[in-house]
Amino acid sequence: MNIDHIVVRYGELALKGKNRSHFEKLLLANIRKVLKPFPGVTAKRIQGRIIVHLHGADETPIQEALKNVFGIYSFSLAMQVENDVDTIKEGALFFIEKLHPNVKTFKVSARRANKGFPVQSQQLNHLIGGHILRALDGAIKVDVHQPELELSIDVRDAGTYITGGAIEAAKGLPVGASGKVLHMLSGGIDSPVAAHMLMGRGAQIEMLHFHSPPYTNERAKQKVLDLTKELTKYGTSIKVHLVPFTDIQTHIHKEVPSNYEMTIMRRMMLRIADAFAQKNGILAISNGESLGQVASQTLQSMNTINEVTTLPVIRPLIAIDKETTIAYAKRIGTYETSILPYEDCCTIFLPTDSKTKPKREGAAKFEQYVEIEKKCEDALNRIETVHINAYEGSSSVENLF
Amino acid sequence: MIYLDNSATTKPYPEVLTLYTTISSQYFGNPSSLHSVGMEAEQVLNHARKKIAHFLSCQKEQLLFTSGGTEANVLAIKGIVTKEKSAHMITTTVEHASVYETVRQLEDAGHEVTYLQGDAFGRVTVEQVKDAIKKNTVLVSIGHVQGELGTIQPIQELAEMLSAYPRIQFHVDAVQSLLKVPIGSLSNIDLMTLSSHKIHGTNGTGLLYAKNPSLVKPILYGGGQEQSLRPGSEHVAGIACFAKALEMGASVANKEQERLLSLRKLVIHELEQIKGVFINSPVSNSAPHILNVSIPAIKAEVLVQSLSQEKIYVSTQSACSTKTGAPSRILLGAGHDRQRAETAIRISLSFLTTEEEMTTCIKALKRLVPKLQEVT
Repeated sequence: MNIDHIVVRYGELALKGKNRSHFEKLLLANIRKVLKPFPGVTAKRIQGRIIVHLHGADETPIQEALKNVFGIYSFSLAMQVENDVDTIKEGALFFIEKLHPNVKTFKVSARRANKGFPVQSQQLNHLIGGHILRALDGAIKVDVHQPELELSIDVRDAGTYITGGAIEAAKGLPVGASGKVLHMLSGGIDSPVAAHMLMGRGAQIEMLHFHSPPYTNERAKQKVLDLTKELTKYGTSIKVHLVPFTDIQTHIHKEVPSNYEMTIMRRMMLRIADAFAQKNGILAISNGESLGQVASQTLQSMNTINEVTTLPVIRPLIAIDKETTIAYAKRIGTYETSILPYEDCCTIFLPTDSKTKPKREGAAKFEQYVEIEKKCEDALNRIETVHINAYEGSSSVENLF
Repeated sequence: MIYLDNSATTKPYPEVLTLYTTISSQYFGNPSSLHSVGMEAEQVLNHARKKIAHFLSCQKEQLLFTSGGTEANVLAIKGIVTKEKSAHMITTTVEHASVYETVRQLEDAGHEVTYLQGDAFGRVTVEQVKDAIKKNTVLVSIGHVQGELGTIQPIQELAEMLSAYPRIQFHVDAVQSLLKVPIGSLSNIDLMTLSSHKIHGTNGTGLLYAKNPSLVKPILYGGGQEQSLRPGSEHVAGIACFAKALEMGASVANKEQERLLSLRKLVIHELEQIKGVFINSPVSNSAPHILNVSIPAIKAEVLVQSLSQEKIYVSTQSACSTKTGAPSRILLGAGHDRQRAETAIRISLSFLTTEEEMTTCIKALKRLVPKLQEVT
């Protein structure tokens, strides 16, 4: 006897009417991506459910992988046994002893879709419940109103399915259901959290990262790839677009007074993001900004920076405090990587006298001295794109062993 | 060749050797260097560390890589005891030399040690350890599987008992048990020693798991590697091979443990038919890969040499102690007499040992033992 499959349920997306089949297919594809590291394990769609077949694989790591996938509401471990009363009794007992050894109350809910099966549902409830009570000898009781575990027995033509005990998963919408967002990923604590929040609402994220070699090093770039890799656990592959930014930064440093350097640097970043998004049919830009957290994240600063784009700039963390963000980052597994101390392009050349209340007019004035179009186009042409898969190492090293 | 000295060291898996060559030739940088060659080596190291942490279900930060099991044992013991003024520690009479000699040295330096003698297999009880606890006890160091006898110590029960004494650190030398005998939860184990070359990795790489590394004081000083607790450039290729060997071994460990147990049972059954043979290892509740027997009237060394001429390689005692020529300290420590200790041989198996090899070995013993007994 073995736990041989997992019944996956989806909540919210079932409400989405005509798009339902599209969502289901997306969810199935995302589930298959996180199952790639488990050879032999398969997933398929049946009426209103997705079934993951274990084919002998250990269910523990697979449960962990499924818990992360957005769009899954809950899932239950299950087993299929032959349509034979004694086998069903044995299976039900095995199920409780293996998966729910500490449960104190239970009830059996049998259904009989296979009307040829000689024992009726009610009778089956009694037979199985009685068997469990006798075998566990006082360690468990029946409670038909509020049982800790509802053991479901489903007799069908192909066999009887035993399941029970729903495990909650990530909920939300399957990644990809809401279209694409271009996310500005710096490598700090905030931006991966913001990306995760958007993924939970079905956004397919593409990362845009600005790096400035030799001022930022290879480790900083790898950090961004590692963070993205961590986010692929939540049910999709992610593209990372690496923008070479050294030239623009040194140019700004030379041409712009130090108190406006940061504002103009951010405007250049947003211009590049805007152009890249337009070119690739992406309808929104997102980042990890939070109101009042640093000089560039004041309302005045956001107002000035936002002037250069007409795309919506989504800021999921705008009203979230730092402690909450840190706790979130720890929960999703990005914190440890985020705090690695490498220079990023926001920390190099950082002037001490940055304006916390920059004005649009001020920025426009100093940008007269900046070769905006030429520099942006040049950077866009030199973007390097890396595909990060949930199931492959993010570096050649991880594929070595 | 029939190699049955696997408790001394194992033959590396071919995949491990391939990986060693690849990493030594392509990722040879120092992981602490700033440039990209260093960064790639650092990635190898991080990846290996992550894999091992995943296998042990612990945090990456709880792993301190060392030059081997000996250094990890010394780091665990000295790292805890020497920072105290006059501390007391508890160990057993059947520990590996790296534990025993370190403890002796601490004793010379003014610390106090209780050496517990267990039963005829060296196995101690929870009560014995509990009774030995004093006000100034800071460390209990007990090996999981005894390397000469295969005795399994009741680690989880000890850990649970010791969890009531938060100031006592519990150190477990698990070098001989890794992948052979499951140790169970790490939750009440404070320090644990592992080594790569006992599981078909390469030698020169061990590690100390420390639940709370900040409680350990370094025994070597230098750079900031391994949280400054074990400075020195990391042995990147060796550590990667450790991760690889662990992964390969773990995937077959359950099956292999059962296979080795039944092989061992077969060997015991056959050896019992040779006149006068004493089985020194516990027959049940023992590590599946170690079997220690004494054959009276034949000096162990003579038997080892005779088998060696037939390309069958067994050992007399822990490889670290054979060169002293003295009778096995472990057998004496388990209460056996000198003759029994002088005539003991250890047959130790690995995941690569076959049934055929064991049959050949038994046949050779059956042939050689009566012949050698005639001479002596």
